[in-house]
Amino acid sequence: MKAKTPGQKKKLGWSSLARIQLFFGEKKRPKRRLSKQVAESSRRQARRAVIIQPLLPIIAVSEPHLSSFTLNLTNRRHVSPLFLPHSKTTLIPKLTLSREVLLGITGKDFVIIAASKATMRGPTIIKAEDDKTRQLNQHTLMAFSGEAGDTVQFAEYIQANVSLYTMRNDTELSPSAVSSFVRGELARSLRSRSPYTVNLLLGGMDPVTQEPSLYWIDYLASLAPVPYAAHGYAQYYCLSLLDKHHNPNISLEEGMKLLEMCTDELKRRLPIDYKGVLVKVVTKDGVKVVDFDNDRIVRSA
Amino acid sequence: MSGYDRALSVFSPDGHVFQVEYAMEAVKRGKATPTLTQDFSVPFLGTVSPFNCFHSLLMGDDIVVLGCEKRSALKLQDTRITPSKIAMVDDHVCLAFAGLNADARILIDKARLEAQSHRLTVEDPVTIEYITKYIASVQQRYTQSGGVRPFGISTLVVGFDKNDGTPRLYQTEPSGIYSAWKANAIGRSSKTVREFLERNHQEGMDREQTIQLTIKSLLEVVQTGAKNIEVAIMAPGKRVEMLPDDQIESYVKSIETEKQEEAAKKKTGRTGTTTAAILTRPGGESAE
Repeated sequence: MKAKTPGQKKKLGWSSLARIQLFFGEKKRPKRRLSKQVAESSRRQARRAVIIQPLLPIIAVSEPHLSSFTLNLTNRRHVSPLFLPHSKTTLIPKLTLSREVLLGITGKDFVIIAASKATMRGPTIIKAEDDKTRQLNQHTLMAFSGEAGDTVQFAEYIQANVSLYTMRNDTELSPSAVSSFVRGELARSLRSRSPYTVNLLLGGMDPVTQEPSLYWIDYLASLAPVPYAAHGYAQYYCLSLLDKHHNPNISLEEGMKLLEMCTDELKRRLPIDYKGVLVKVVTKDGVKVVDFDNDRIVRSA
Repeated sequence: MSGYDRALSVFSPDGHVFQVEYAMEAVKRGKATPTLTQDFSVPFLGTVSPFNCFHSLLMGDDIVVLGCEKRSALKLQDTRITPSKIAMVDDHVCLAFAGLNADARILIDKARLEAQSHRLTVEDPVTIEYITKYIASVQQRYTQSGGVRPFGISTLVVGFDKNDGTPRLYQTEPSGIYSAWKANAIGRSSKTVREFLERNHQEGMDREQTIQLTIKSLLEVVQTGAKNIEVAIMAPGKRVEMLPDDQIESYVKSIETEKQEEAAKKKTGRTGTTTAAILTRPGGESAE
């Protein structure tokens, strides 16, 4: 037996908490040490662990001696805020404005999503043909930028859960439903020990109303439905252009022209080589990659 | 009662685990026990000739056909939204079950979770064999620990692996056994249907023949006809296709007329050659 250090007395590991709650259910939740908030968040954590590692909570219930093992197996993200007293300031990550370009434009019956093709790390371009988008279902596309690693991890986590939902309920989620889910996941992650620092654009066609929609979501989990959007430094150059030229009834052709204006302006003003953009269009028929001329030379004024 | 059929994890002296065998009875016996649904699935698999496979690996005519008898509904029940016995585990994996519906829901959910989790971790959809193995191992787990009851269902798992045009059909049982088949049936009177399939299954059938044989084998044991039949068709790289009711009906009709003709032939064959000749003549003319 290990001797208990004074610090250990105060803490209660999440795995043991989850064990208590899974065992007794909510009603008999022990009130002695836990504020409601802490208990609630631990329950949420346990639920999330279920989504990803279905077996772990079961191990925690039946095999107490394995609890430390469970803890190690669990992704660090899931261990979260129980160890941090809530009074202390939680670490909200700071994401500097991204050098990656994400653009979104809606029109009459389509959404265009454009994402820069460069993967950058410090001053180096690692890859010039990157795809910063994931298709979430038949008619919803998500583009992402931010901390390397976080981005793809988060996008694929969302992708898996959206298709799990579709399989379980035999219904496709609408873009607005997906956006709420994404925001919820980001908001929860933001309050964990190591949040995802990911900025997102979510574009889609509603399968029922056939209306296009675009959502701007940032790493602080704010969500806004918008007619056009940009993330990163591209905002400075593109939003004014889009303000002037966009209207909700434009055709796909006009939309592509608008996108070209934006990329031209970026070439003219933005002192970063982002290796061109990958352009995808969501229509009622699904998601398609569109040819886009990235090599046109634009002279600055 | 000898007592060996109470505790799940105890063997009887002659080497049986009775609860598991009872679970298999639950699969077979749909109608007899009121707690069980009237279950019956006759899934079936067909392939085309190897020549077709060769030049079109993904878009070939290879298909898998699942047929099942719909749960017989009460008058006021809404059959459109009552869950079916054919369920999708993933876009490319289809599952049909026979036995306890409630148990199936749980098992299917576990399979769906695993299918997505597999995608998330290795970026590939599950193979049909993998998901079958997973389902079977879950079923097995529930035969070996205390305080649980085995899943009272058998399943048929069908589909196509990624970038592969080979149709796959697997069966799992409550004990955790799984096996691969060319054509198979589970549920009530599965034995009759299996024997029918053994007599009539051929290599290299096309889409029409496969669907026809599926429905024909169903009609061997389903009395109520087209209304209570459900047919799902899978092709490589495509989503599942549920055969529309009117099409099923036309299949059923053509099969029934075929049967009547055969019966008529048998009769005429016995009475003599002259009548048989007369019967064939008008048929030949109308074809021209």
